[in-house]
Amino acid sequence: MLETVLHLVVVLTVPPLLLGVIGRTKAAFAGRTGAPVLQPWYDLLRLFRKEMVLSTTTTWVFLVGPVLAVVAPLAASLLVPFGGSRAPVSFSGDLVLFAYLFALSRFFTAAAALDTGSAFEGMGAAREVSFACLAEPALFFGLLVLGRISGTLSLSSMLSAPWTTGWITAGASLVLVVAGWFVVLLAENSRIPFDDPNTHLELTMIHEVMVLDHSGPALGLILYGSSLKLFVLGTLLIRTVVPCGASSPLVNWVAFLSGMFLLAVVVGVVESVIARLRMIRIPQLLVTACLLSAFGMILLIR
Amino acid sequence: MTVSALLVGASLLLASSGIPGLFYPRSRALGERIAALLSAAGGVLGLGGSLAVLAGLPAPGLSLGWSIVPRSGAVLAADPLTAAFLLPLFLLSVVAPVYGLSYWPQAEHPDDGQKLRFFFGLLTGSMAIVTMARDGVLFLVAWETMALSAYFLVTTEDRKEPVRSAGWTYLIATHTGTLVLTAMVLLLGRSTGSFSWVPWEESRLPAGTSAIVFVLALVGFGFKAGLVPLHFWLPGAHSSAPSHVSAVLSAVMLKMGVYGFLRITSLMPAIPSWWGAVTIVAGAVTALTGVALAVGQGDLKRLLAYSSIENIGIVYVGVGTALLGVAEGQPAWALLGLAGAIFHVWNHSIFKALLFLSAGSVVHASGTREMDRMGGLLPALPRTGLAFGVGAAAVSGLPPLNGFVSEWLIYVALFSIWTHGQPAFALVGLAIPVLATTGALATASFVKVFGTVFLGSPRSAPGAVPHERPGMARPVLALAAACLVLGLGAPWLAPFLERAAFAWRPALAKTGIRILEVAPLGWISVFGLFLTGSLAVGLVALRLVRSAEGFRTGPTWDCGYAAPTSRMQYTGRSLGQWLGEQLLPRRLGPSVRRQEPRGFFPVIARFSASTPDPFHARLFAPVFSSWADRLNRLRWLQQGRIGIYLLYILIVLVGLLAWSAVRQRWGG
Repeated sequence: MLETVLHLVVVLTVPPLLLGVIGRTKAAFAGRTGAPVLQPWYDLLRLFRKEMVLSTTTTWVFLVGPVLAVVAPLAASLLVPFGGSRAPVSFSGDLVLFAYLFALSRFFTAAAALDTGSAFEGMGAAREVSFACLAEPALFFGLLVLGRISGTLSLSSMLSAPWTTGWITAGASLVLVVAGWFVVLLAENSRIPFDDPNTHLELTMIHEVMVLDHSGPALGLILYGSSLKLFVLGTLLIRTVVPCGASSPLVNWVAFLSGMFLLAVVVGVVESVIARLRMIRIPQLLVTACLLSAFGMILLIR
Repeated sequence: MTVSALLVGASLLLASSGIPGLFYPRSRALGERIAALLSAAGGVLGLGGSLAVLAGLPAPGLSLGWSIVPRSGAVLAADPLTAAFLLPLFLLSVVAPVYGLSYWPQAEHPDDGQKLRFFFGLLTGSMAIVTMARDGVLFLVAWETMALSAYFLVTTEDRKEPVRSAGWTYLIATHTGTLVLTAMVLLLGRSTGSFSWVPWEESRLPAGTSAIVFVLALVGFGFKAGLVPLHFWLPGAHSSAPSHVSAVLSAVMLKMGVYGFLRITSLMPAIPSWWGAVTIVAGAVTALTGVALAVGQGDLKRLLAYSSIENIGIVYVGVGTALLGVAEGQPAWALLGLAGAIFHVWNHSIFKALLFLSAGSVVHASGTREMDRMGGLLPALPRTGLAFGVGAAAVSGLPPLNGFVSEWLIYVALFSIWTHGQPAFALVGLAIPVLATTGALATASFVKVFGTVFLGSPRSAPGAVPHERPGMARPVLALAAACLVLGLGAPWLAPFLERAAFAWRPALAKTGIRILEVAPLGWISVFGLFLTGSLAVGLVALRLVRSAEGFRTGPTWDCGYAAPTSRMQYTGRSLGQWLGEQLLPRRLGPSVRRQEPRGFFPVIARFSASTPDPFHARLFAPVFSSWADRLNRLRWLQQGRIGIYLLYILIVLVGLLAWSAVRQRWGG
């Protein structure tokens, strides 16, 4: 029970801090001090107090997008274990629900973008749904690997398996999956090299350009939702890489949370040292991620 | 009165629903009301009967007491497997004619309304007989009645050339399928000594013969179900028919192929593993190809037709896992796969009917099927648009709607096969990423459809202000509600699905397995309720924020551009462009002709894209036309007089009799 409460508290409060850490890392690379780690929270609170401006072309769909952008990752977060050994909810087959919850938020975020009738947001929506067609199989190849290692169909057991047996019996597969998933994480969360969350008025963006017309609380929901998504998808990666199976719950939670912040630092480093790819190169990188995870799966067939 | 008699009665009501209307003059609207009433009455009776059968009421076979040909008996029966396929049929025979009253009223279509209703009744009635027939010959007769009525429905507007050509293609495809099925029925009749469809004994049906029967069933029923590449007739036929007919074709008639395939495999004495593997591969290929071709479509109804192909593929993947489970003695795979397949049949018939019917309203309101001429229809058609949004999310397999739950069951079946271990079946795991990609592509296609048709601002000035007819909006809203209810209430449907699966292979029932033991559907419902509830709360909260502060409105922020016009919106074609042109193999993609603007003052720039079915245009059409040239030399045989054809039949019969007499006398 205590673990469930802790789980909920963490998922509701920590995700925006990851964005803060990424920002600090990038500032450090640029030789600046950077905004405080809590800055994303300040931004969110400010946005929730602000007024909302709606385009005259929009309908109810425009508001469904922001709400589902928060609700769907929140629901998905209940299915993955953080520091604890089990997630608040785990059942056989929850991994498919996990993946499809993100599809749900993608559908309505893109629909909300199209609702404005803007050419820019249409481009963003087209890119978002198109690139997902390559990211989705990469995610599933990784889930197949973990499912085979653990012999179960529930994320809680699957994400505990790497550090009980997985790294010894199927280390090579896991390395490939981690590499593939890291690329998926960057793509799904619109980080460099796929997208640049700092730019605002460019033709080459994906996620940012879809939310150009959202303002006030709606924009706040979208930003909060994307930090949730980063946190929840990052959990898949961190639980695979960082051992959280010690007997003391405190050690596990510390290990998990430091893993998450380390992930934010890594993302920040990646954003600082490489430039965004040209739009036509993005599919190639995603196909690579897909193939890496696919090789991970094929290594397990014996 | 037994349930079988009730169901047969309901089918007769359906079949005869269009007949009274034939006796009224074309100017009177009474005929259409009688037809809708009869059809709805038959549908309600039939729904009650099929639910009773699914709830476990036994329905003993009903022998009509005559035989069409020797060694066959006209036996009709309804087991839960039959009832599972009757449910969508009867549901649509209530919904579609009621919708048709507003969509295709006699007053607006005096020329073809009566014909449409006559064949519509015949189609639904014959499909009911198809699922109840327990005799090969009776089955073929009902099958052919169904196929021919569908032909006349597809060609309702036979004044238009494209409609005639689509009907012609359909006729060729369906007759080829019937030919294969006739071979199958004859082979079965020859080996088992009777045409009756009761479980066949292993001694009468050796492995070699059953393998041939299996392949014939896969191909013959594949034509009807639309397995790639046998789907080539489907997009044209489904988009040419009036929308409420397309809804029935897509939601029910395609499923008759699935039903036939399930019925034949249910009677087989033994099922080898390779049947399952072949079916899974066929399903996965169909799902992926169907949705990949859907993405690039510009015609609303063609896109929906391709999406039907995709969903049939998903159903076949489920059936394949079930076959594999039976072959390997793994009841969990079999039960999950078949329950998922049947549930997906139900779900697809609900959301695809919804989508076709709302597409009908859209076409009615905007006067075109080209999506790139529509846009911003949601304010004008609020209820249709709401329903379409729900249907689009459901067909993309998104929680908490019904499409997700059935796909989830199939996923769990596939994951169970994959985690189970053996290398031979591990390859089945590859179907999972294929399904995942299919899901992502379906999401892309339906974001595109929903966004292009209903959202944004109108792309071309319509002749009149689009309007919504209440008689067309209500049935569609009801179907949308059904999508949500079936998604949230899935655990309560488990016993029905189990009965259908146990009727398919009774051996499954003896293992004592239950769906809820292997697939915790309850959690799916909990999450569905959470999603629905939080969405409602979130929307209310945002609305409160808005009304507390008063909200400001303004034009869309088009990055500072001062004079945006609706023609600058992203079109459906451009939404699907990257997927259609970059990701797909060139042969599957749209054929694009473009002339880029050149120089500083470009004068001419052109772009045109068309998306003919690649299998039709590049595979079948060339083969068919080259054969047409050769067969032209036999043209003199076709005199177009019935007497001549009867003479041909007589000659062939006498010849066959002579041959068999010769064989008996001298051949031994």
